[in-house]
Amino acid sequence: MLTLECPYCGVQADETELSPGGEAHLKRFGPGSDIDDFEGYLFMRENPKGVHFERWRHAYGCGKWFLAARDTATLEVFGTYPAQTTEPPQALREAISAKRPGWRWRDFA
Amino acid sequence: MPEATSALNGREASAGAITLRDAGLVGMITLRGNLASAKLKAAVKKAVGQAVPEVRRMAGGLEGGAGWMSPDELLLVTAHDKAAETVAALSAALKAEHHMAVNVSDARAVITLRGGHAAEVLAKLAPADLDPDLFPVGELRRTRLGQVAAAFWKSDEDTFHVICFRSVADYVFDLLEASAKAGPVGVF
Repeated sequence: MLTLECPYCGVQADETELSPGGEAHLKRFGPGSDIDDFEGYLFMRENPKGVHFERWRHAYGCGKWFLAARDTATLEVFGTYPAQTTEPPQALREAISAKRPGWRWRDFA
Repeated sequence: MPEATSALNGREASAGAITLRDAGLVGMITLRGNLASAKLKAAVKKAVGQAVPEVRRMAGGLEGGAGWMSPDELLLVTAHDKAAETVAALSAALKAEHHMAVNVSDARAVITLRGGHAAEVLAKLAPADLDPDLFPVGELRRTRLGQVAAAFWKSDEDTFHVICFRSVADYVFDLLEASAKAGPVGVF
């Protein structure tokens, strides 16, 4: 069972209270953009064994989107943070580095 | 106009130390906007006589209350026949601000759950930690009960008020009744 802390309510939300929203930190490439960028935005997803960043929505609670960092292999949750950001907060990255030295996810490390 | 009727129409049930009761017609208003705004704070105070609550808190109760629903949403509780005019007053007071005030009284049902192990009746149905130390009086939680969305707040040590959508009121009442009938667990 996955339990994530909603950064808005501060509630320890059970997986059944949340709805998943796929990968976090996607940059949108819309009409008029390069075809490869568009393809990447639309289809290319990370599928790591290890550190991963995801979007989640506190669907049965406050209804807000937030982002979470977790390990796909062990289900260990490193932390959650509000969705109004384009990159993981530094403190969280350091916390992940302490537990998974040398981790890398897209452009973040 | 037909007379307003609550979804559960005064339904009651009791099992052991637990009593369940339809709270009847309750005025409920969804207010969305900037909760930090002075204008909104003043409007809420005027509408229900309560300050804008802290995160996850319910200020006041059925006779006039304000509950924290999300970072930009409050649930205002008032008398059922006052809801429409309260919405009009809120809309007038917040005219210059980006906001939304809607009367949702008839879209929802409120159930009063009372009894020594009321927290356990809910804890069996919701993925929420209802330990009295973590869920004190005045705490409000939006979560699910069984298969549907619901919210509840703790009005005193052994009383909870449960809010759900009107269309699932019977389901939620049956669910609470079944949970109450199964008896206490003895965890809290």
